[in-house]
Amino acid sequence: MIALLLRDLRLATRAGGGFGLGLVFFLIVVVLVPFGVGPETAILSKIASGILWVAALLAALLSLDRIFALDFEDGALTLIATAPIPLEAMGLAKATAHWLTTGLPLTIAAPILGVLLQLPNSGYSIVALTLLLGTPALSMIGTFGAALTVGIRRGGLLLSLLVLPLYIPTLIFGAEAARRGTAGLDATTPLLMLAGITAGCIALLPFATAAVLRINLR
Amino acid sequence: MPVLSNVSFDVEAGLALILRGPNGIGKTTLLRTLAGLQEPVAGTCDFPADQAAYASHADGIKTALTVRENLAFWADVYGNTVPDAIWDWFDLADLRDRFAGTLSAGQKRRVGLARLGVINRKVLFLDEPTVSLDGFSVKLFSNFIRDQHLANGGIAVIATHIDLGLDEATTLDLTPFAAADFGPSDSDEAFL
Repeated sequence: MIALLLRDLRLATRAGGGFGLGLVFFLIVVVLVPFGVGPETAILSKIASGILWVAALLAALLSLDRIFALDFEDGALTLIATAPIPLEAMGLAKATAHWLTTGLPLTIAAPILGVLLQLPNSGYSIVALTLLLGTPALSMIGTFGAALTVGIRRGGLLLSLLVLPLYIPTLIFGAEAARRGTAGLDATTPLLMLAGITAGCIALLPFATAAVLRINLR
Repeated sequence: MPVLSNVSFDVEAGLALILRGPNGIGKTTLLRTLAGLQEPVAGTCDFPADQAAYASHADGIKTALTVRENLAFWADVYGNTVPDAIWDWFDLADLRDRFAGTLSAGQKRRVGLARLGVINRKVLFLDEPTVSLDGFSVKLFSNFIRDQHLANGGIAVIATHIDLGLDEATTLDLTPFAAADFGPSDSDEAFL
């Protein structure tokens, strides 16, 4: 499983690996929003945490179809499925690699880009914290969606349609916790809900991912 | 829907079985079933599952990794190290630090077959292993199967259309085992 994780990380950082894809998309959205909304500090600082969350979610969505599609096309997925790695561990390794190459960089970049959105001082740590708690769930759900659509050519559209509704609870609690924290209110409840969603996803979705992979590789 | 029926064979340690038959007869289906990728409709396969490995006609070689990294990954997955002799067995010594994406189809295929020497499994299910190989490479491959794999008590079930030159191999033509098309009726059960 470690071998698979390391291979995926190495592939992601090589040329054409798509490591920077989500991050650059995130940067573009955050840079463009002030142009679209206007430079008033009052409006921007109010929507900053929400924009950061939506942009991070879409950036994570962007790289999902790479999780299994490349391995499926060159036959590596079948070979890994017959190798002595349980498919559940493979799903977890794939999701972890996706998180390390998109979720974690987004979490680190969000507070820095918050400056462009006039994020209030109180918001930097809470935005980073909510993304740190929430993005693993995005990677797990996305890996499950990618497993569902593996083998479908140009399955990106279907994948987005399947995964977006599943992302909504994470977005609601993540953005709500970030908003409350930024406004100086108590964010404990949405934070706990967010952590619960992530914990549940990590516990259950590797099994669901393995089950659909088994069907799709048949 | 059954593709093959009444297929039955034994392969002893140190021997190879060559599967033959026209395209679409079910060679790949049989190998995938043996490898555990799909369930048999009926019947059983008996071999040590933790000693089996499967190779399809797609090699799963990552173009963004070097030849050495590709093989090291598979060695890692199977808990082995890459044996030094592998570079000679498959004539890869000059290619080991090249990115797999820069190799020709045949060279890439050789890397894919070298995976079999790295993972060190006793029971191999090989689906068209010699596609896009030249005569010299086919010889390297059959030497590997004979001298490194079968000689050490391995078993290979190989679907191929060409003559690999393996003297110890028995050949099984799948043509007579094609499942008759009984249509959608449920009387199929009686014939399985």
